[in-house]
Amino acid sequence: MSFFASGPVHTALIVGALVAVVSGPVGVFTVIRGQSFAGHALADTGTTGGSGAFLVNVNPLYGFVALNLIAAAVMEALGVRRARGRDVATGIVLGAALGLSALFLDLETRSSTTGATITVLFGSIFTLDPGTVPFVAVTAGVAVAVMAVLYRPLLLSSVSPELAAARGLPAGVVSAGYLLALALAVSLSAVTIGAILSTALLVGPAATALRLTRRPGAAVLAAAGIGTAATWAGVALSYESYYWPPYQQGWPVSFFVVFVVLAAYLAATAATAGRKGRR
Amino acid sequence: MTPVVQLRDVEVTRSGRRVLDGVSLEIGEGEFTGLIGSNGAGKTTLLKTVLGLLTPEAGEVTIGGRPLSRRDRLVGYVPQSIHLDPDMPLRARDLVGLGLDGHRLGVPRRSAARTRAVTGALAAVGAEGFADSRVGRLSGGEQQRVMIAHALVGHPRLLVLDEPLANLDISSTNEVVAVLGRVCREQGVAVLISAHDMNPLLPYMDRIAYMADGRVASGPTDEVVRSEVLTRLYRHPVEVLRAQGRVLVVSGG
Repeated sequence: MSFFASGPVHTALIVGALVAVVSGPVGVFTVIRGQSFAGHALADTGTTGGSGAFLVNVNPLYGFVALNLIAAAVMEALGVRRARGRDVATGIVLGAALGLSALFLDLETRSSTTGATITVLFGSIFTLDPGTVPFVAVTAGVAVAVMAVLYRPLLLSSVSPELAAARGLPAGVVSAGYLLALALAVSLSAVTIGAILSTALLVGPAATALRLTRRPGAAVLAAAGIGTAATWAGVALSYESYYWPPYQQGWPVSFFVVFVVLAAYLAATAATAGRKGRR
Repeated sequence: MTPVVQLRDVEVTRSGRRVLDGVSLEIGEGEFTGLIGSNGAGKTTLLKTVLGLLTPEAGEVTIGGRPLSRRDRLVGYVPQSIHLDPDMPLRARDLVGLGLDGHRLGVPRRSAARTRAVTGALAAVGAEGFADSRVGRLSGGEQQRVMIAHALVGHPRLLVLDEPLANLDISSTNEVVAVLGRVCREQGVAVLISAHDMNPLLPYMDRIAYMADGRVASGPTDEVVRSEVLTRLYRHPVEVLRAQGRVLVVSGG
């Protein structure tokens, strides 16, 4: 069957693009706010949701979203706003979540052979149920809408939280909105390339975009574009790798996506290295 | 004429410590006021009170004759030490634009009026030359000038600057102070700037607010910076020495 006639490929391309379009804008703000660690932490807590969902025969996507929203709320409540409290609070949530994932995955692999561990940790874009596409689209839409509405306040508070406060912006609402978008972006990214690698899709295209442009709006669009290109290239290469050794098995999509993201980042770094003096 | 800012017997307590202890201060239209004092004297607390970020337990703060409200656009603010990532995708021009509408929701929309306001503010601080550079890659002095443009673009009647000269070298310090002096004179906007050293400000300062231990002595510079006035403020003997147009406040016998 040809690439474009394949149903799973269709689903993978649609979901991949939706995920990348969310991860781009959210990732740019994650990088400039210095909150990659929070993103990683959400990804790890998401594994609890994903593996727990597997255990009770629910689509792991719903588990990722549910757990990430709870984790984001807990992180916000524990004081993510304070720069120093942030790492400690995130670390505490993180340890507990990963412990639970270990338990769930262990229980799951004892009772069945659904490949839960690989799916949760490293993604499953080719085995996605086409029925989840509307849910993915709505989730992506909510995250993009939150980022679009909070765009200017987020930018201002990324420059200086004090400046934003002096302008009468409620720091809590802005930061909670951003964390909500981050939780959704990480959940979607986790379904595509797995919980462990999801920050690569969040941070990689954004970091690449930051090398290429100095305009905030352009960086957001470039990150979305680079992410989409990377996921599509990953899907295509993975499909193609079916004919590579070991034959008839195919290489994982996650590997290709992360690899393309890395290659794009290195290329952008090399291309702009000569412009170091320029500001 | 109504003063731009008026504080009357303001008291502020933070974590059990009285940081502002009956502070009274008046700043008139277009006046350049230096808020001078050592670390911990209460300068930042006073500025945050003027900005409405802190609510006093006692006393009264009025801006333009009206009680303070937090969203008051009569005041432009340059906060203390901003650390921007050199890779942050934000040009000087974008940051100044945020001064205009950064508190609004949604994405910015281009308009001739917006561009004109941003260009005007950049020109007022002499930042045209690096308007399209990333803010995080500018020198400390250039960043401060962009921050001043950011605060100025909404046409406030008062600029509040918290230690903008900290971490600047001598030439950048003079440059930033000269820009402030010019903006104050040409645009008639009042300036309230905190610093631990008054000397760079002396050529531009109309009035001084000298701070020690949560108390303020304010007035024309020559009337306040005198041994007996500061001795009363510090409740400890101090001496004011003058040499080659510079002022030095030292602990006295």
